Amino acid sequence: MKIAVTSSGKDLFSDIDPRFGRAQNFIIVDSESMEFKCVVNEQNINAPSGAGIQAGQIVAKSGAEILITGNCGPKAFAVLDRAKIKVVVGVTGTVKEAVEKYKRGELESTDSSNVEGHWM
Amino acid sequence: MIISIASGKGGTGKTTVAVNLALSLDNVQLLDCDVEQPNCALFLNLDISETIDVNMLVPKIDEEKCSYCGKCAELCQYNALAVFGTTACFVPELCHSCGVCAYFCPEKAITEVPRHVGIIEKGKKDKIEFVSGLLNIGEPMAPPVIRQVKQHIKREKTVIIDAPPGTSCPVVGSLIGSDYTVLVTEPTPFGLHDLTLAVDLLRVLKIPFGVVVNRADLGDKKVFEYCKKENIPIHLEIPFDRKIAESYSIGIAMVNYEASYKKMFQNMYQDILKHAGRVV
Repeated sequence: MKIAVTSSGKDLFSDIDPRFGRAQNFIIVDSESMEFKCVVNEQNINAPSGAGIQAGQIVAKSGAEILITGNCGPKAFAVLDRAKIKVVVGVTGTVKEAVEKYKRGELESTDSSNVEGHWM
Repeated sequence: MIISIASGKGGTGKTTVAVNLALSLDNVQLLDCDVEQPNCALFLNLDISETIDVNMLVPKIDEEKCSYCGKCAELCQYNALAVFGTTACFVPELCHSCGVCAYFCPEKAITEVPRHVGIIEKGKKDKIEFVSGLLNIGEPMAPPVIRQVKQHIKREKTVIIDAPPGTSCPVVGSLIGSDYTVLVTEPTPFGLHDLTLAVDLLRVLKIPFGVVVNRADLGDKKVFEYCKKENIPIHLEIPFDRKIAESYSIGIAMVNYEASYKKMFQNMYQDILKHAGRVV
């Protein structure tokens, strides 16, 4: 299973980026092999609006089934929900720790966004 | 002639100046373009004779025809569309109605449909023709409603536009096309700071402008020093007067509460005419 994690760096030992839409990078991790690839979120970081929606599109296209992040707003959540991606919010620590926690069943997905939209 | 009333800082007295100027002149049209919080009507006691819906065109995707190529999402400058797998998502609040998605859709799967974003209200009170916009609650974009209000401008009248506060898109949308702008400020550090932002904006827009100082006998002298240095005319100084506060608190325009104020606004209008056409 593929897990997407918002990340401030480009590998498994980077800290989770608490932002979703304007995260530095997305690390897409294979939970079995722990192999990963990094998707740079360069275009969305400076988008005047709609960063969460486009970030949702990136994660949906990556084939991930789970997203682990800090915060997720209502519009991003709506896109992820349409893509049937489970969203885990409020997670800190490194990307690797987060994936391991998820595998041990210590992280629960949310059924709604946890922050307000803040795009205007 | 179109005279818009603006300010950097909120709460300086834009509506007070707009309403009282309108009540002091003949052959006037008053436009309330502060569509997020229109309040000119509170002081006019008028009858609304007509209500018009304001719609924006937004894309509707026919999923039967859509090939999920993602062209629309790629072209949308406002990130209002996302396409992945066999899903196409549209977020209406981000859409600016540019129509590029429908125009470039290779499958012709997108049609543009109206989305209700606000209303226009029209009414009349004595010599004043009144048009006001009201944006729907929760709706983020004011300019489409402002543009619709301005469609009703009658150029043969003296048109007074009550603009929203600040210096962002709704303000630009309200001021554009004006022959003159009056910036209402107060003699405080905050009032001066935001006045300088508004002055910068008007110089970009190349609209001639002057200043009204409200509660002019309070605060400090820095607004006056700034206007002198920048060669900006001060058309009116409104005193900090208990009677003005009293009339405001019961929803009566100050010129209807104390007739002598009317002369003050008529003089201001004459002073504006002298300065109109001169970019400062």
